[in-house]
Amino acid sequence: MRRAAILLGLPLSALVLGAALLSLVWTPGDVTALDIPARLQPPSSAHWLGTDHFGRDLLSMVMVGARASLMVALVAVGLGLLLGVPLGLAAASRAGGPLDELVMRTNDLIFAFPSLVIAILITALAGPGALNAILAIGIFNIPVFARVTRGAALPLWRRDFILAARLAGKHRSRISAEHILPNLIPLLIVQGTIQISLGILAEAGLSYVGLGAQPPLPSWGRMLAEAQTMVALAPHVALVPGAAILLSVLGLNLLGDGLRDHLDPRLRPARA
Amino acid sequence: MMGYLLKRLASLAVSLLAASLVIFLVVEVAPGDPASFMLGMNARPDTVAALRAELGLDLPVHLRYLDWLGGMLTGDFGISYTYRTPVAQMVADRLAVSLPLAAGALALSTLIALPAGLIAAARRGRAPDMAVMGATQLGIALPNFWLALLLVLLFALKLHWLPAGGFPGWEDPAAALRALILPATALALPQAAILARVLRSALLDILAEEFIRTARAKGLSRGQALLRHGLRNALIPVLTILGLQFSFLLAGAIIIEQVFFLPGLGRLIFQAITQRDLIVVESVVLLLVFAVIVVNFLTDLAYAAADPRLRHRR
Repeated sequence: MRRAAILLGLPLSALVLGAALLSLVWTPGDVTALDIPARLQPPSSAHWLGTDHFGRDLLSMVMVGARASLMVALVAVGLGLLLGVPLGLAAASRAGGPLDELVMRTNDLIFAFPSLVIAILITALAGPGALNAILAIGIFNIPVFARVTRGAALPLWRRDFILAARLAGKHRSRISAEHILPNLIPLLIVQGTIQISLGILAEAGLSYVGLGAQPPLPSWGRMLAEAQTMVALAPHVALVPGAAILLSVLGLNLLGDGLRDHLDPRLRPARA
Repeated sequence: MMGYLLKRLASLAVSLLAASLVIFLVVEVAPGDPASFMLGMNARPDTVAALRAELGLDLPVHLRYLDWLGGMLTGDFGISYTYRTPVAQMVADRLAVSLPLAAGALALSTLIALPAGLIAAARRGRAPDMAVMGATQLGIALPNFWLALLLVLLFALKLHWLPAGGFPGWEDPAAALRALILPATALALPQAAILARVLRSALLDILAEEFIRTARAKGLSRGQALLRHGLRNALIPVLTILGLQFSFLLAGAIIIEQVFFLPGLGRLIFQAITQRDLIVVESVVLLLVFAVIVVNFLTDLAYAAADPRLRHRR
């Protein structure tokens, strides 16, 4: 199971990342050039995935769309890591203290907000666009990483090597940075993978309602929204971006699951 | 139990107060003045000022906050800037669509997830388990608005079994229900995938318990032991997820309502945001957050009632 998850997840994730990177230097067609006579063509040798209602090459659009999706999701997860991990470490280093209490209650509060509604609120009020989408998704990554970090750091503080470091007179924040954090890296990688996949879904949702990356830069969600009115005429226009979202999220989830099982021996399936 | 209850009630009140403050501030600092938005670009400054006074927007921020909060507590959610109707009435109208939609999606996801989770746990590591786990992986990765589009393509455009969108109103209950089938399915399938996974892992934890071993030793098969003794114990984590899902379905339907042109709460928020109808935005978002916090609170209480150890934690 674990093998299969990584074997399937890794190439899928690599494919999406590769397509996004390749689109920086090369795409089969020009995503800004309109070619109305060639609109809504089914997949062919000239256009591997067909064309949209403006005659644009769908493969090129999916490749450039991968860039927008990944960029928003990666930076949003980076924001969550950058703020959430130090908060979680600080909370764990003084477990039960006022800082811990403040961090955890603020987390509870953010968790109580329906994330999609707040993301829509932020992007709609602050103006649609990739940057505000990053902020809106990133805010909800902060408590996730803070909680995961705190939860994993707490038991470490009772371990002998940490007690030794404290006896040696090291400050709590230095112990957190030098001894606790390195032990959490695998866990954070796994959580990061899952959060990137959630970020891709959230970005797709936001750009579907017109609040994500703005034209002319294609995004998967907006491609789907535009395809909605012509789904009866040319189903492939709706199938292609949806499949791109599905495969990238599936790939990252499988990779995350496989990595988690690989890194945590307790989760390896025991013979029942 | 009494002390625990009081402590939890106090933290509930603090959460709600903090949530209301956050929502108010987010909406207040947002660019765009509702009065100038309503009157358009060419409005004269004195007309805008008069409308601001009429809407109460010229009052100091803290007074407006207290006014709004007091209203929310007494069931007066204010008057919509755009439609000039009470927000409470608008919310009630929209709930007539959103509530049945969320309830239908929840029921459907439970109907799918319960047997799937049970089968996967009972046949752990075998073909049925692999099939369920594979299907749930797909379900979790499936964007619900894309699934909605696929369902429309198949059941509305190709087979002509169900409407592709719109809502006829409850005067014709059969037509109203038909209009909700595809949106509820699109919402339910990804949720069912999550629920089935939670149920499977809860059941697998319980299978390792001694009372299951005793039941097996008495001659029950793995499946029988699961059904008679395991399922009830596994329901606690499942109920938590169900409770959370309901509030999120209510809010998460925002995009699905957009796909199917349903006049629900999600569409109301979306329209209100684009029209700068801030009072509607504030009130509806606070109601949704309120629902989530209260459901969390009730789940905590149910847990504490079921498991005395939890009352003394934290």
